[in-house]
Amino acid sequence: MKYTSQAVAKPYFIAAIALFLGQILFGLIMGLQYVVGDFLFPAIPFNVARMVHTNLLIVWLLFGFMGASYYLIPEESETELFSPKLAILTFWIFLVAGAATILGYLLVPYAALAKMTGNDLLNTMGREFLEQPLPTKVGIVLVALSWLFNIVMTVLKGRKTTISLVLSLGMLGLAAFFLFSFYNPVNLVKDKFYWWWVVHLWVEGVWELILGALLAFVLIKVTGVDREVIEKWLYVIITMTLVTGIIGTGHHYYWIGTPAYWQWWGSIFSALEPIPFFMMTVFAFNMVNKRRREHPNKAAVLWALGTSVMAFLGAGLWGFLHTLAPVNYYAHGTQLTAAHGHLAFYGAYALVVLTIISYAMPILRGRAANPERAQIMEMWSFWLMTISMFFIALFLTGAGIVQIWLQRISAAPLSFMAVQDQISIFYWAREGAGLVFLIGLVLYICSFFVKGQSHAFE
Amino acid sequence: MSATFTKSMARNVFYGGGVFFFLLFLALAFDTMKVLPTRDNSQNITPAVAHGKKIWETNNCIGCHTLLGEGAYFAPELGNVYKRRGPDFIKAWIKGQPTGVPGRRQMPQFNLTDQELDDLVEFLKYSSEINTNNWPPNIEG
Repeated sequence: MKYTSQAVAKPYFIAAIALFLGQILFGLIMGLQYVVGDFLFPAIPFNVARMVHTNLLIVWLLFGFMGASYYLIPEESETELFSPKLAILTFWIFLVAGAATILGYLLVPYAALAKMTGNDLLNTMGREFLEQPLPTKVGIVLVALSWLFNIVMTVLKGRKTTISLVLSLGMLGLAAFFLFSFYNPVNLVKDKFYWWWVVHLWVEGVWELILGALLAFVLIKVTGVDREVIEKWLYVIITMTLVTGIIGTGHHYYWIGTPAYWQWWGSIFSALEPIPFFMMTVFAFNMVNKRRREHPNKAAVLWALGTSVMAFLGAGLWGFLHTLAPVNYYAHGTQLTAAHGHLAFYGAYALVVLTIISYAMPILRGRAANPERAQIMEMWSFWLMTISMFFIALFLTGAGIVQIWLQRISAAPLSFMAVQDQISIFYWAREGAGLVFLIGLVLYICSFFVKGQSHAFE
Repeated sequence: MSATFTKSMARNVFYGGGVFFFLLFLALAFDTMKVLPTRDNSQNITPAVAHGKKIWETNNCIGCHTLLGEGAYFAPELGNVYKRRGPDFIKAWIKGQPTGVPGRRQMPQFNLTDQELDDLVEFLKYSSEINTNNWPPNIEG
């Protein structure tokens, strides 16, 4: 660790991993509810489990992004963090607010939670991924602003690199677009139209800037390739991200009441969205091939390469699979969407956070890299989680294709629930893959506790 | 990447491209807002519809169902449920939950009043009349 203030990243990373575990447990509950419908009913109805599952995902990724920036910005800026105290305070506020929100979902009926938390003042709840009560939403804004302020102040007093700049832009976009979560018009079409300004412009826009910056940082560190080369790549990749991804929002505007011309804009631009992901894969492998040093942290290199490949598969390929309007007409709102969602979030965002944790955590614990045995266990966990998530996506894709056929294409369409019965075999298989994922995650957590001779700093 | 394409050129392309396409997006969004009243059925938004939407939201219906294809994929599409099932069936269905059939997916009992049920149905009626470019492909959603 070059700067003592980088240490504030550690609690962020620990919280991220803990919440990740929670997310997976609730995922398994939901997976089982798909086939054993009354499992845990009425204690944890599906909609509650799903809120917990998706909200924990968002929160743990945000913890990861924040921890990552508090770790890398001092190093990039070659100066201590502007205010480590503020970073720690923000951590606790976010953790307590996040935990209280999750407990609220689990312990109070949602309608009562809405009443208790002032939803009548400003109606923002009950929309997918934006289920958080008003105080939590306000809290997210404050936490994001405190994060942004701390990072920008640090960048301003130190060296200004492309990575810091791109990361800050990503964070600024994240904070700015979240403000649309407060806009909830009665007009359902407008509601949905601007809802995507949070959801799509986050995950297929500004979050990709954060992803690119984190990946570039780790690649500079583990490969020793010249910063100029890596930063040029970073610019080209995120250019393609914004060029394709912003208008690519149109692939959500086919069937929600918006004008039909979006079918052209959305299809053409979102069909190009795999390009930046493909470039990211080429970039990562190129840099590792051209490496000028052998970094002792082999696991971090694996996570970084894995991110680039799985992001391309999940976000790029699986996104493309159903993004063209004539295909999406049949695929919209089926298990195909769920397949893409799982692989994309895992490949692009879960993996990049695990990459930076893999790189930074040993250093935060006072060594260049973990002991050999710990790294081997960590790499096993990578393969278990990655392969099982790939299978989850395959099974859901199978479920989706059969669902589309039986419900939307066949001459005698079946009802939704009749189709669900027909495809239960896919859901069982998915649940099995989910259990393997959990084993991988438990192994991952165990790898932090493996003792042995660690690699000292050079 | 070639040495003649420098980092500062890459940076300029990034800013130029990002700003250009964001402005283009804003222009399209502006046009969409102008065209929307001919498609979004907003002339039929009554206080009952507004209240119905709030009931829809505060019971987190989207946590299991889709609405115009967006939401969770655990339970049927409801954007066209008004056309598929009609108002009386919808109300009776909601009142009759949970079915308690062993092993079947269960919908919670939300204890809605008759007024709330009527307003929710009004909201679903309004949703079903939005011009969605003929989506879903058939009545099953």
